[in-house]
Amino acid sequence: MTWMSFDAALPVIFMALMGLSMLVYVISDGYDLGVGMLMHRATAAEKDVMVASIGPFWDANETWLVLGVGILLVAFPKAHGLVLGELYLPVTLMLIGLTLRGVAFDFRVKAKDTHKQTWDRLFFAGSTLASVAQGWMLGRYVSGFGSGWNYPLFAAAIAVALPMAYVLMGAAWLIMKTDGELQERAVQWARIAWAPMVGGLLLISMATPWVSPTVRERWFVLPEIIALLAIPLMTGVSLLAVRGLLNTRHVRGPLCWLPFALLVLVFVLGFLGLAYSIYPYVVLDQLTLWQAASSPDALKVILFGVCISVPAIAGYTVFSYRVFRGKAGELKYA
Amino acid sequence: MDALILARMQFAANMTFHILFPTISIGMGWLLLFLRWRWLKTQRGEGGSDSALAQGWLDAYRFWTKVFALTFALGVVSGITMSFQFGTNWPGFMERVGNIAGPLLGYEVLTAFFLEAGFLGIMLFGHGRVSERVHLMATFFVAFGTSLSAFWILALNSWMQTPAGHEIRDGVYHVQSWVAVIFNPSFPYRFTHMMLASALTCAFLLIGLSAWQVLKGVAQRSAPRVMRVGLTLAALAVPLQIFVGDLHGLNTLHHQPAKIAAMEGVWETERGAPLLLFAIPDAVQRLNHFEIKIPRLASLILTHELDGEIKGLNSFGDAHPPPLAMFFGFRVMVGMGVLMLATSWLGWWLYRRSGWQPERLPRLLLWLFAGMTFSGWVATVAGWYVTEIGRQPFIVYGLVRTADVVSKVPSAMIGLSLFMYVTLYLALIVAYVAVLKYMAEKPEQVLQTDTGEQVAVPGLQGSGA
Repeated sequence: MTWMSFDAALPVIFMALMGLSMLVYVISDGYDLGVGMLMHRATAAEKDVMVASIGPFWDANETWLVLGVGILLVAFPKAHGLVLGELYLPVTLMLIGLTLRGVAFDFRVKAKDTHKQTWDRLFFAGSTLASVAQGWMLGRYVSGFGSGWNYPLFAAAIAVALPMAYVLMGAAWLIMKTDGELQERAVQWARIAWAPMVGGLLLISMATPWVSPTVRERWFVLPEIIALLAIPLMTGVSLLAVRGLLNTRHVRGPLCWLPFALLVLVFVLGFLGLAYSIYPYVVLDQLTLWQAASSPDALKVILFGVCISVPAIAGYTVFSYRVFRGKAGELKYA
Repeated sequence: MDALILARMQFAANMTFHILFPTISIGMGWLLLFLRWRWLKTQRGEGGSDSALAQGWLDAYRFWTKVFALTFALGVVSGITMSFQFGTNWPGFMERVGNIAGPLLGYEVLTAFFLEAGFLGIMLFGHGRVSERVHLMATFFVAFGTSLSAFWILALNSWMQTPAGHEIRDGVYHVQSWVAVIFNPSFPYRFTHMMLASALTCAFLLIGLSAWQVLKGVAQRSAPRVMRVGLTLAALAVPLQIFVGDLHGLNTLHHQPAKIAAMEGVWETERGAPLLLFAIPDAVQRLNHFEIKIPRLASLILTHELDGEIKGLNSFGDAHPPPLAMFFGFRVMVGMGVLMLATSWLGWWLYRRSGWQPERLPRLLLWLFAGMTFSGWVATVAGWYVTEIGRQPFIVYGLVRTADVVSKVPSAMIGLSLFMYVTLYLALIVAYVAVLKYMAEKPEQVLQTDTGEQVAVPGLQGSGA
């Protein structure tokens, strides 16, 4: 491959930025949503701790979704119209879910005590609705919005698997951020969510090449497949390590952060696999990066802003996580 | 109904719901910084002897921080919905003017949205975990972020009203000068007008909730002070707003005469046009019913000359907004402004005479204050309807028609999602107002719920950063 000009490389840079935003969103709001979906299994006091553990972060986490969709809108306007047109109804449902979840954070502690339960239920319902809708959207997007009996089935499978992955993330977050009885329960929750999440991941890894010939040709050719094998292998090892850790005592002590870190690695690996499957398309088999991109002039203006602001955002995000490091027990929602 | 009307209704519903919350949080961010600073100052002053005074400011800060947090959450979730609806409702908009709108929206997310969301966590939960100075800085960044957000969004909105600094190549808009795009002719007026609207909305919220607490006999020790802050802010900001509003009107007359004609119900171009106090503009027969008018006053107000010329709707063909909504929207906004002026000046004067003791104010005045709690919302929404409906039938004034950029999603689907959104929004507005009322009536309970926010002694903590 010859080096492309800067103007031709701009859409690639923006695709990478969009991918990065979406990855950060899925990981960071993934644990928020996972905690939300575990709410109905907890006692009233545990619910307060669970919400407190994600309270300082969720606002900023959700902003990555706005940035991801913003880049899609700004850098690939043609793809934005196409993708959101195809996903009109699930997008609506996701937004309603995110709205309910987001406002429940505040309403549950400010409303009358008698209404708190209702807001907790809406917190759970909103988290679940948003996660399922995101799974469905991911399934439809990865398969290029294909039509045929197998495509909705594929999307439905991901609509179950992604929430399971979020629940596992949420449980791992709680193992890291809480202690005592709640931490013990979080270990149990993680054990329960592990099998369906791994099953779903396996199923999807096998089904994706089946529904998409493009993806099949990408992966199952020599010699690429040998190098690519690293991705599923590392994913498998990480997931097995998570399962193993859940059985040890260390996960309640000094290694409480490890399951969460391993799951982040799994998400990153899955993302790399996905990126490899789709590139250079924005919409699989329909629209490439260069067909969908805005003018280089506009992209340069935004890139300038990105280069200045993204390091700053990373800086104060790290600062915020440092401020709220440690167990979440004594945090109260303002 | 056709897809265009449904798409507009859905977008309007979302915009209407969304703007309620930033209108409060923009001004409230700065008010919190003020309360935070007053507390720090009274605590330090006179060797801490004035601790009751300091405690009052702290109470006010903590109570209104909770109002801010709730408001902010509602603003965030409805703002996220909007970032999707640009694409779902108006795909053609970004395809044509994406090179201009895209960077403006992008900068809003990158510089403002992240700033406020990133520091909100520290502002809400960080008290006691970071030093006083870092906490004060976090409060500042949140306030600054909300205002910066308004800057970018209003730059784009103003560009859609009075486009400048662009060139058109093959039907696609390209930027010639970013300075001209951002500081387009209506931007300075619209931005100032909106910032003052936010200040007024907050002022009347402070006045109204404090008055409600006094009426219910549950006033916090901070209530008299909060009411004084609110009344002073309102008494200063209303005349300023009237002045800025007038300038904005003159600017609109120059750049968007059809909008003014619809606001004033003027059909034929005329000199020395009368001001219509009341009328029912009829878009079908193209005339007004039941006119009550004051001769020449419209010309005087708009052109500052008794026989200044005002262009009539008939001189714009079909390219003018529907006059009925414009006519009444404008009068609701102005009427609310006049009511605010009277309330704040009379209220401030009587409050001063009572020695800043709200219990000694006439009950009727307290009820008036309480009734005006959300008057800022009414005026702001009415004003936005005038400016946004007034841009129709264009999405970019004079250049791109709304009908040309609408989505091809089936009407049934838009209708269904519209129904879901409206149901949700109505429920949330009711919940928001109910919770504010509950918080106002149970202030002690509300303040007790955050043991995490201990009173920190400045200087005794690590720098944190």
